[in-house]
Amino acid sequence: MERVPILKIGQILFVSIQIDLQDESVIRLQEDLADELAVTRAHGVIIDITAVEIVDSFIGRMLTTIGSISRLFDAETVLVGMRPAVAITLTELGLSLSGVRTALNAEKGLEILNGKS
Amino acid sequence: MDVVGTNERMAAFLRDNHDKVVGRWTELVVAGVRGRTSREEVRRELEDLYALIVRVLSGADEDAAGELTATLDELSRNRARDGFSPIETAVGVFSLKEAVYELVADSAELVPDFYSLSRMVDDLGLRTFEAYSAAREQIIADQSAAMLELSTPVVQLWDGVIGVPLVGTLDSARTQLVMEKLLDTLVTTGADHAVIDITGVPTVDTEVAQHLLKTVSAARLLGAECTISGIRPQVAQTIVSLGIEFGDIATKASLADALALALRQAGLKVVPL
Repeated sequence: MERVPILKIGQILFVSIQIDLQDESVIRLQEDLADELAVTRAHGVIIDITAVEIVDSFIGRMLTTIGSISRLFDAETVLVGMRPAVAITLTELGLSLSGVRTALNAEKGLEILNGKS
Repeated sequence: MDVVGTNERMAAFLRDNHDKVVGRWTELVVAGVRGRTSREEVRRELEDLYALIVRVLSGADEDAAGELTATLDELSRNRARDGFSPIETAVGVFSLKEAVYELVADSAELVPDFYSLSRMVDDLGLRTFEAYSAAREQIIADQSAAMLELSTPVVQLWDGVIGVPLVGTLDSARTQLVMEKLLDTLVTTGADHAVIDITGVPTVDTEVAQHLLKTVSAARLLGAECTISGIRPQVAQTIVSLGIEFGDIATKASLADALALALRQAGLKVVPL
């Protein structure tokens, strides 16, 4: 199983997903991120899914869960770089990813998080 | 009755009376088209058809039947494109019967032969109608495809603000196209605000509202905020009486209001010079 690396940049955790998401990888990411948030006390998480071409209902729900977990550590999650086709699929599935903020790209995601602090 | 014999006798008769029949046939057709096609052109088309009909009737030529249908289909398609009615198109073929009948009416021995020609002409007449309607359907399909392309522009209103003026009825196919174009433009321009203007949408029912909501939530997933503008009084009344909820999506009366909102959210202010 491939692991998704979590990078700490200042007070922000940056996760760039570059692999085809499997269910196990997402669960592992969720665990790793929770550990990392507890240790670093970061105030924001950016999840970059520019390279992700397929998001199914399970992964969609896990992204929401990651958002909820982060909020427990008082960190805000911003999902960046979603592809139009992925957005259309998620909408058709009825997933609006409530509780997770979205931004067009990593730069705008950073602006949102920095504007907050 | 010997079908082959009657066909061959008819073919011989048509060959012998070529000039008379084609002349009369052309006259009848020209009267029907009322100047939309020149006499020479009609004559040329009918000469071709006539020659093929004779070849089919004489039975010697196996390719003739295929050629005849192809020629007839082509002729009917052209008539459909030139705006002739189906009756005018079919009468062009049926009037051959009249032209021939005028010649055979006096001689009783040719009547059974005429009957076989008549049957063939009936088939050809029906054939023109089929080709005619197929051509018409093709035209309609082309037009709706062209309209779909034309009717969904996405324009840039401001740096970071794009506008989608919707004109015409919103169905699933169009919503899909609008959604794709809107999302693609959001990504390529890096805009974070979109204004969907529905001034040109004649009616907003639950289905249209559902399509709009889907488009907005897809745009939100990309991190862009949408405003719906151009809600006319009647549309507002319909929306309320149908109980449609737009939730936390901002709606504005005019595109100008929506643009002002987008600018304010972007932290910009328009002041007089």
